[in-house]
Amino acid sequence: MKIKLLELAHARSGDKGDTANVGIIAYKPEYYPFLKEVLTPERVKKHFEGICYGKVERFELPNLDALNFLLHQALGGGGTQTLRHDAQGKTFSTALLRMEVDVPEDLARKWGFHKS
Amino acid sequence: MKEKIRIASGQGFWGDRVDAPIDQVRKGPIDYLVMDYLAEVTMSIMQKQKMRDLNQGYARDIIPLMKQILPDLMEKNVKVITNAGGVNPFACRNALFEIAEKMGIKGLKIGVVYGDNIIEKIDEFLETGTLLKHMESGEKLSEVRDRLYSANVYFGAGPVVEALQQGAQIIITGRVTDTGLTLAPMIHEFGWKFDEYDKLAAGIIAGHIIECGAQVTGGNFLAGWKEVPDMARIGFPIIEAFPDGNFCVTKHENTGGLVDLRTVKEQLLYELGDPTDYITPDVVADFTSIRLSQEGKNKVRVSSVKGKPATDCYKVSISYSDGWTCIGRLTYAWPEALEKAQKADEVIRQRIQDLGLEFEEIFTEYLGINGCHGPLSHPVKDPNEVILEIGVRGSNYKHLEQFSREMIPLVLCGPPTVTGFAAGRPRPKEVVAFWPALMRKDLVTPQVDVKSI
Repeated sequence: MKIKLLELAHARSGDKGDTANVGIIAYKPEYYPFLKEVLTPERVKKHFEGICYGKVERFELPNLDALNFLLHQALGGGGTQTLRHDAQGKTFSTALLRMEVDVPEDLARKWGFHKS
Repeated sequence: MKEKIRIASGQGFWGDRVDAPIDQVRKGPIDYLVMDYLAEVTMSIMQKQKMRDLNQGYARDIIPLMKQILPDLMEKNVKVITNAGGVNPFACRNALFEIAEKMGIKGLKIGVVYGDNIIEKIDEFLETGTLLKHMESGEKLSEVRDRLYSANVYFGAGPVVEALQQGAQIIITGRVTDTGLTLAPMIHEFGWKFDEYDKLAAGIIAGHIIECGAQVTGGNFLAGWKEVPDMARIGFPIIEAFPDGNFCVTKHENTGGLVDLRTVKEQLLYELGDPTDYITPDVVADFTSIRLSQEGKNKVRVSSVKGKPATDCYKVSISYSDGWTCIGRLTYAWPEALEKAQKADEVIRQRIQDLGLEFEEIFTEYLGINGCHGPLSHPVKDPNEVILEIGVRGSNYKHLEQFSREMIPLVLCGPPTVTGFAAGRPRPKEVVAFWPALMRKDLVTPQVDVKSI
């Protein structure tokens, strides 16, 4: 079943130079292993095509049911030189949560998601 | 030794809510008020102010604030730790002493932490082999030497602890890390040693949690922003710290906002890099060791934090002039708002070409369509209005100046139903870029000076 990440996780994003960080937190601990499996750095890099021109790094924080992504070369030069409206990547959090993921039917049912 | 201290955050950045620190002092008991005023760009602004006037170069907002809260601070014995000193902490102290004297306050002890400002010593460092290479690109600082504005070493909690030990009630610092401001009172009150890494790391994580003010008490809270009570009176965060390194995140009772596992988790992840390697001048903290539990209403307990020894380098933040940008906006109305904005963009780009203006980058976004999420945005059908935003960046000021005169004429020369130009033409803005570097800790020594009236 296709489910938007927005329904499985919340997030916050920020900047360090030309690198944006997006921290994503599973709403329920049981979602975390699934998120860890599907949200590979490659997939996130592909998702941010046209925004992120460098590599994507991923770090795990199982204690917070969270993953932290670093998106390099993603802020048009960053800080004070960028021409982007979202100069500091403040809205990258929900940009990532736009992603649709394929949740196996049995898992989706267990989590209480129903086909609309 | 105290069994518990309460450390309140009064400011998440220079320009944050001005009454937040007043509420922190008056709406409940606290022992320390910490205020972070320094973003990277702030130091260069302050350096420019100091070049114009030797009595400037610090966060001036602190003076009217102190006028209001000094009597409260004296009466309740609340200590203030802030990096409001910027590039001129002594001028900041002089101004504070001046208002304290006018108010008839006696026995006020103010400490200054300085020595972080190395702009005058840059050549000496470069000549003696400290190249201050760019942390990411590896370039030598000499490439931009003639365009520098400011250079500051990030100090940790050490010199602040020293000032507290000398009895300072207010401590004004230059570039001390946000996290160090919060850690310092814990070291001072609980007698922590500089090799008790787990405790130091806990103090650093407490600092990270409150350094952005209300961003942990319900501000910018994605998971539940609609449930945040009384956002207009949002309470700023307070750390209740214990001698064993555990602490709670909370806020005053009679304030808006909320503190729960979700708000704390969101803030923990803010501007985070490698969570196992959170480097500060004091200690390296491991965010994967953190345990969180909801202790009560608006109270989250943080425990079991682990840390390891700090590195032998300080981070240096250097700013330099790096050309100009100019960003112009026009609003196009229904019908065909996006098509009109796109046509205007085409016209501007043609004008840039015809006039022979040279830029390193020309960038267009359509606010209401793709201004935040760029190519990830979903299509919007028949929008009521679209804001065209065109930005250019370059090193030739004259070309930016010419570009800035090209936007408004579109009102009469371009596509129809355009508005939103009342503020006049956009102005070119200087780019102050950052040069992060590392330097050995033994090359610079934090200084402390405590004085009273």
